[in-house]
Amino acid sequence: MSPTAVESPPGLPARTRLAAGIGGAVSGLSRRLGRGGGSVVGGRAILVVDPDALHRLAAGHAVALVSGTNGKTTTTNLLGAALATAGPVSTNALGANQPPGLAAALAAGPPGAMAALEVDEAWLGRVVDATAPRVVALLNLSRDQLDRNNEVRQLAASWRRTFAGRARTTVVANADDPLVVWGAGAAPDVRWVGAGQPWTLDAAGCPSCGGRISFEGAAEPGWACRGCDLRRPDLDVRLEDGAIVDAAGRRTDLELALPGRANLANAAMALTVAELLGADRQRSAAAMSALGEVVGRYSSVQVGSTEARLLLAKNPAGWLEVFDVLRPAPVPVVVIINARVADGRDPSWLWDVPFERLAGRLVMASGERSRDLAVRLRYAGVEHRHQPDPVAAIGAAGARQVDVVANYTAFQGLRARLAS
Amino acid sequence: MTGRDSTVTVVLLFPDLLGTYGDSGNAVILAERLRWRGFGAEVVTVRSGDPVPAGCQLYVVGGGEDLPQALAARQLGPPTTGPLRRAVDGGAAVLAVCAGLQILGTSFVGPDGVQADGLGLVDCFTRRGTGRRAVGEMVVEPDTELGLPALSGYENHAGVTSLGAGAVPAGRVRYGVGNGDGSGTDGLWSGRVFGTYLHGPVLARNPALADRLLGWAVGTLDPLDDQEQEALRTERLAAAAAEARRGGRRRLVGGRR
Repeated sequence: MSPTAVESPPGLPARTRLAAGIGGAVSGLSRRLGRGGGSVVGGRAILVVDPDALHRLAAGHAVALVSGTNGKTTTTNLLGAALATAGPVSTNALGANQPPGLAAALAAGPPGAMAALEVDEAWLGRVVDATAPRVVALLNLSRDQLDRNNEVRQLAASWRRTFAGRARTTVVANADDPLVVWGAGAAPDVRWVGAGQPWTLDAAGCPSCGGRISFEGAAEPGWACRGCDLRRPDLDVRLEDGAIVDAAGRRTDLELALPGRANLANAAMALTVAELLGADRQRSAAAMSALGEVVGRYSSVQVGSTEARLLLAKNPAGWLEVFDVLRPAPVPVVVIINARVADGRDPSWLWDVPFERLAGRLVMASGERSRDLAVRLRYAGVEHRHQPDPVAAIGAAGARQVDVVANYTAFQGLRARLAS
Repeated sequence: MTGRDSTVTVVLLFPDLLGTYGDSGNAVILAERLRWRGFGAEVVTVRSGDPVPAGCQLYVVGGGEDLPQALAARQLGPPTTGPLRRAVDGGAAVLAVCAGLQILGTSFVGPDGVQADGLGLVDCFTRRGTGRRAVGEMVVEPDTELGLPALSGYENHAGVTSLGAGAVPAGRVRYGVGNGDGSGTDGLWSGRVFGTYLHGPVLARNPALADRLLGWAVGTLDPLDDQEQEALRTERLAAAAAEARRGGRRRLVGGRR
């Protein structure tokens, strides 16, 4: 859904119309030159010509934002599919989630379309101010890109300031993540979804009082601070045996093509948002179930004589969800790790991933930081081989099937190579 | 010295508070390197609120954010009678990284920006820096007494640490910031306590340092096949050298792209 040089929406100031037109032209040129989707460069052009374009372009759209550390792109794609059952949708489905990508997505869509936009978690406050969203989905918060978002609880605190007293925005938030609950907790209107968060190490210290949060003891999954009254809120939406159940007890069964617990949780968030924007529950569920891949994630590709299934994991919390969807041993796993700016320059998070779980199968250590990974695997007691080149690593696994798990730029790089 | 028939305990202190940068890996590495040599070894994880054992051979404390750092310091105190002090007096070896190093000193900056009391185990104090946050690859030429090759790591901190008159730096910074007080040094070492700003985790990239700590705790050790670890160390040292040739760091404090 990259922008094209569509006619500009009526009712915009001349400057914004000009900006959108130039942005569309720049995007199109970038695409024709083979430089990717073009939305970021086109969006930058829009914001150079009209710095307030995001605010003006968002006016007149029913905007839903999706933010958090993991699952943004998948949830936004699920939401886009659900909303499309009710009307036209503008979305940054490819994941360009900072203001240029958002401006490009809004400029490209038809006037009055609903907007399903994923937003970088550190940009969320500014984007909420600019777009006055109807709904915001807050998925989870955990360590990611340690070299730049160095204090994850600072992000939670900035969310809290953003949503405190913000009328006319409904927040759909993950009740199982204490940092999200703290971040959303001051909003006047919140729907709490039991979306789960297997990773708990970033929320051990209470974001409110600094006390210890206990994740044990409750009959059902829950958590509570031992020092103050921050605890898991009562749920408005819960997951139950593969179905999504709302506060009224309405049950929506989902047969998602996307695998894993995390994607069911993403679908619960998306469905709750879609319904708030007026989409029909059953039609939304059917549309979401049909989604088979998300910008290449979960897709299978043939590499020589090997069928490779592509998975993305870019931090420890994401890895915990990926273990859940790996094919059983002895199917080899090819792990590709880079540490470019978009990945975070510090890959020491590899030591927070319980790679010990991969024992009993061959793991290929690949990518620009494959040596860090190889050392991690050695200390985890996992049989591994080192092959920095991802395509060569897939072949060297010597199997008919492999699962490939790559972090952000490693994933993009592999897809680009396989497409060429 | 500990015999091979007994189990060596590596205490990982507060990974729920001070585990932001993969530093818990240091405990895994120490225990594995003992096992590879036929020792019994276990990692005992002490979470916030749990009692801290004072009678173990190795302690590892890592880096983290301001508020958890203050909580950790409170639980390791008081300075003269706390469990970590008793462990060190009993001959234990301690690896303290970043926030862990800061709380071992006499004072550090609390979450409210005010100086907080540290454990006073080592002679240093930490202030908040006024310049850029120190983030990036780092290379340290260790103190010659340590007999170690160049150390590689990744730093990420806003604190500036100054050493007291009696303290010996862990090494001189060849690339990066380290203590950041203008002395050109990183960390400190004192007896069997080694403190540094190197993450990575530091023992993943520097197997010789891991063995120095283990040697302090259990005596002479057989060499291991560290080909993979040395390949990583060589690669990171080369990456830092290449970065230095290109003109060094340009990213800013808490920098956005």
